Amino acid sequence: MTDGYSEKVMEHFANPRNVGEIKDADGIGKVGNPVCGDLMWIYIKVKDNRLEDVKFKTFGCGAAIATSSMVTEMAKGKTLEEALKITRGDVAEALDGLPPIKMHCSNLAADGLHAAIKDYLERSGKK
Amino acid sequence: MDHSATTAVDPAVRDAMIPYFSEKFGNPSSLYTIGREARRAIEEARLKVADLIGAKKEEIIFTGSGTESDNLAIKGIAYRNRKKGDHIITSSIEHHAVLNPCKYLEAQGFKVTYLPVSRDGIVNPADVEAAITPKTILISIMHANNEIGTIQPIEEIGKIAKEKNIPLHTDAIQTAGKIPLNVDALGVNLLSVSAHKMYGPKGVGALYIRKGTTVEPLLHGGGHERNIRSSTENVAGIAGFGKAAGLAKERLPQEARLAVLRDSLIRGVLEIKESYLNGHPVKRLPNNANFRFSYIEGESMILNLDMKGVAASTGSACSSTSLEPSHVLMAIGLRPEEAHGSLRLTLGLENSQEDVDYVVSILPEIVNKLRMISPLAR
Repeated sequence: MTDGYSEKVMEHFANPRNVGEIKDADGIGKVGNPVCGDLMWIYIKVKDNRLEDVKFKTFGCGAAIATSSMVTEMAKGKTLEEALKITRGDVAEALDGLPPIKMHCSNLAADGLHAAIKDYLERSGKK
Repeated sequence: MDHSATTAVDPAVRDAMIPYFSEKFGNPSSLYTIGREARRAIEEARLKVADLIGAKKEEIIFTGSGTESDNLAIKGIAYRNRKKGDHIITSSIEHHAVLNPCKYLEAQGFKVTYLPVSRDGIVNPADVEAAITPKTILISIMHANNEIGTIQPIEEIGKIAKEKNIPLHTDAIQTAGKIPLNVDALGVNLLSVSAHKMYGPKGVGALYIRKGTTVEPLLHGGGHERNIRSSTENVAGIAGFGKAAGLAKERLPQEARLAVLRDSLIRGVLEIKESYLNGHPVKRLPNNANFRFSYIEGESMILNLDMKGVAASTGSACSSTSLEPSHVLMAIGLRPEEAHGSLRLTLGLENSQEDVDYVVSILPEIVNKLRMISPLAR
C-alpha cells in the first residue's frame, strides 16, 4: 500500500501544508466523490490577480492528502494564469511521482485548484 | 496488529524446516534413505494437521496455499459432480479465494447463489436451506471472516447439508489454530487451512477431504497426494506446517485469552466519538477487531499508525488495487464512504495489554488529525 510512495509524498502527508478553510474565500473548488474514497475542497483568496492564499480540506488516502498539500504550496503567490497551468502531472512530479494506481483516483488536486479559480472567475463576473 | 494478514514463522517451526533444505533434501518418492526421511516428515506433518482439526491423517491433502485449497475444493467438487447438478451456494462475504473460483465456474455455466449476511455479518442457516435446489452440488461458507472476524454457524449449516446430502466446504483459514476445530462437529466434507496464518511458512496449505467425498484434481502429473495434487512435495514447508499445527493446538488456550485483549481494545477505541465496531460483538475471532470512523479514510489511518510503529489494515479501496471498497463491508450494509473509513486490528500471541494500551492512546490523535483535514467532518 505504501509501496511506491516517495519520501516527499510521505513528508507532505505527515505534515500537510495549508490545511483548513478560508472563511471569506473568493473561490472554492470541490472535486472527487466520497464513493471512490477521495474528496477535495480547495479554497482560494485572490488579490491583484494573484493567489494570496490557498487552503484545502481532503478526505482520502495518503496520495490525496499529499497532492492537496503540494498544490496549495505550488499555487500560492502565483497569478491566476500561472496557477491554471499547473497540471496533475506537475503535482505528481513535484512529489517525485505517485504509484500508478494513484495517478487517476487520488491525483485530483490540480482539478480542485482549477475549479476554485473558475468559481472565482464566475463569481467576479470575469467569465 | 495485522496478524490476520500473516504471522512470523515461529523459531521452532523454522528449526523443524531447516533439515529438509540441504541435508535431508531427498524426493519423498525416492526409495533410498534421504527420500524416506522426507516421506516420514510429510506423514508426521499430515498427522499433526489432521489432529488440529479432528480429522484422520488420510483425509489431509497438502497444497501450495489456502487459495489453492479453496480452489481445489470448489472446482474439484464442481467438476466431479457436473452430471449431478450445476448449482453452488456460497456467501457474499467469502474471501476472494472462494468468490473468484465461483465466478470462474459461473462463466462456465454453473449457477452460484451468493447469500446475504445480517448487518453484523452472519449468514442465516435458513437462507442456506431455502437456497438449496435439486441441482445443488456444493455449499461453501467460510468459518470466520477475514475482515470482520465473524464466526459463521457452520454446525447448523452442516446439519442441513448432511440432511440434503450436499457436500459442505468451509474456508477455515482464519480459525485454524485460533479456536478449537473439529470436522465432525462442524459437519463439513471439505475444509481449507493455511500454514502462514498460524506461525508457519508461506506457500503451504492443506485441504481436508472427508473419506467418501471425492474431488477432481486441478493438477495432473506424477500422482502425488493420492493423485489429487500432483507436484513434488514442498517437504520443508510441509514439515514446518506440521510443527506449526502441533504448536497451534498446544497454544489454543493462549489464543482464547486474546479475546480479553480484543475486548479491551474494542472498549478503548470506541471511546472515540463517532466510531463503530464492524461485525458481531461476540461471535467473532478472539483476535479480531474491526472499526469504522466517520469522515476519514482508512489508508490515511494505516499510514499514520505505521509512522507510530503499528501495522494494521483497512477495507478501504485506496489500499487495494480494485479501487472498490471491501465487498465484505458493503455486504453488511455500509455506505461506500463508511467502508472507506474502516480499520482492522488483528492480535497475535506476542501482543500484550501494553500494545493495546498504546494503540488506544495514539488512535484518538490520528483520528482527530484526519478529521481536521476532512471536509466531511463538521
